[in-house]
Amino acid sequence: MIRAVPSLHFHRVSRVFSGNVRAVSDVSFSVPAGTLTAVIGPSGCGKTTLLRIAAGLDHATDGSVAFVQSADRMGASESFSAADLSHRFLGRGSVSVCFQDARLLPWRTVFDNVALPLELSGVARSERIERADAVIAAAGLRDARERLPAQLSGGMRMRVALARTLVTRPEVLLLDEPCSSVDEFTRMQLDHEIRRVWQVSGATTLLVTHSVSEAVWLADQIVVMSAGAVQEIRPVSLPIGLRDRASAAFLLEVEMVMRSLAVAAGVTTG
Amino acid sequence: MKPSSFKFLTRIFEPLLAVVAILLFWQIAVVVSGVEAYLLPAPSAILHTMWDARDRLMSATIRTGAAATIGFLIAATIGILAGSVIAAIPFLRRSLYPLATILQMVPLIAVAPLLVIWIGFGLPTAIAAAAIVALFPVIAATIDGQVSVDPGLRELFALHGASSWTRWRKLDFPASLPAIATGLRIAAGLAVIGAIVGEFVSGYGGDDAPLGIVIMSAMRESRTDLVFAAVGLSAVVGFALFGAVSCLAWLLVRRWHASAVNSVESRV
Repeated sequence: MIRAVPSLHFHRVSRVFSGNVRAVSDVSFSVPAGTLTAVIGPSGCGKTTLLRIAAGLDHATDGSVAFVQSADRMGASESFSAADLSHRFLGRGSVSVCFQDARLLPWRTVFDNVALPLELSGVARSERIERADAVIAAAGLRDARERLPAQLSGGMRMRVALARTLVTRPEVLLLDEPCSSVDEFTRMQLDHEIRRVWQVSGATTLLVTHSVSEAVWLADQIVVMSAGAVQEIRPVSLPIGLRDRASAAFLLEVEMVMRSLAVAAGVTTG
Repeated sequence: MKPSSFKFLTRIFEPLLAVVAILLFWQIAVVVSGVEAYLLPAPSAILHTMWDARDRLMSATIRTGAAATIGFLIAATIGILAGSVIAAIPFLRRSLYPLATILQMVPLIAVAPLLVIWIGFGLPTAIAAAAIVALFPVIAATIDGQVSVDPGLRELFALHGASSWTRWRKLDFPASLPAIATGLRIAAGLAVIGAIVGEFVSGYGGDDAPLGIVIMSAMRESRTDLVFAAVGLSAVVGFALFGAVSCLAWLLVRRWHASAVNSVESRV
């Protein structure tokens, strides 16, 4: 991808909810420009809260989230916090979020759902049709273009939601457990779709998941979280093209992440 | 014949069968017991009266139907607008939403005599009475529908920087249509009751008397058959209005809402 996308930085981020519930405490890590980082951990470990803070849907009670445009293209490095996000970033449609419940409007067809973000940001009708149809075709949804969400399977709905995140040509993708509500087989198909979406957009991507094999298959870097804190940050060294889920190298990598999770949970693996 | 249209026919046929059975039982009971006609006329006698007084009853039905329909339309328009405004403004929502729910339970029809004082005798009072009783279910349903829009979808709109007007047009209003449809169906039935009671207190006799007045004057003349005929026709008015609103509601949400979608073979 030639275009410059920003990197994403979490700096000592904490989030304390009312009643002194610490959802996230002192989390720091970076997602290098154009790469995919998976945040993994058990339910309630704060991974979704982290994503929501990055999306500007929630705020950090301490620390900061910054998007940094790389210096070589901009002349000087430009950074802004999550607080500016809605003005400086989301307004341009540069950050796209995909939620675990597909969040499609039930009265709109697949096409009208995919085109919604363009509609809301005032893109002209002819361009809307062109861009929405392009992502629909690329996602293999052309036959479902005029269908309503109620007429689609859970996996299909998720594909529509993923296509919708692409329609704004995002520079940053935030994916919140996009596969959590589908079966194992559909998950593997969706993983291919997520990889395609990430590669096509070239976006800096944060993927929140609770599937270790999904994280190892997709990510450049895995952040293991436990009880609101970072347990381990491990780069995934296997080349993207060589990640065969049945290969020994892949399974070893999965095992290493499992161990890290087990240590975090205070249990032993086998 | 497609299975769905066959199902539709049986759905109509079975209640119809029940009605015929009840009328038959009624007819036989009256004939066998020899009860006086001024206490309980036989269905055949009521049908006979309907035919004899057809001109008067037809014009009465049209007048009452018009009052109920106009009152309903006023209630629907004001109710949806007011409900949307109340739902959209937090202060109004906190202060007026409980009120709209409580006012539904007040027998507003008791204010009908007040309407005579303010508006006078005749059709406008019947319309006002119909509108007043039909209004609050619409307001309550509209607010209900709009405050219970999926917060996840609201977040989606917030992410894309949608203005509140845009969000209302593209999310809140369409999402609340099923709730509004339910409110409108309740309002349709109430509008007919409101119109008749409005006529009770404000109507006057003559050739163009509405059903409410036909019922009152028939009562005074002990024409029980005519009372039954007029009551039957007001039920027809209520059924027609309810049916029209239900059809409209179904057309609006049939493509996507569970209440309609589940009955069609659209799940793949």
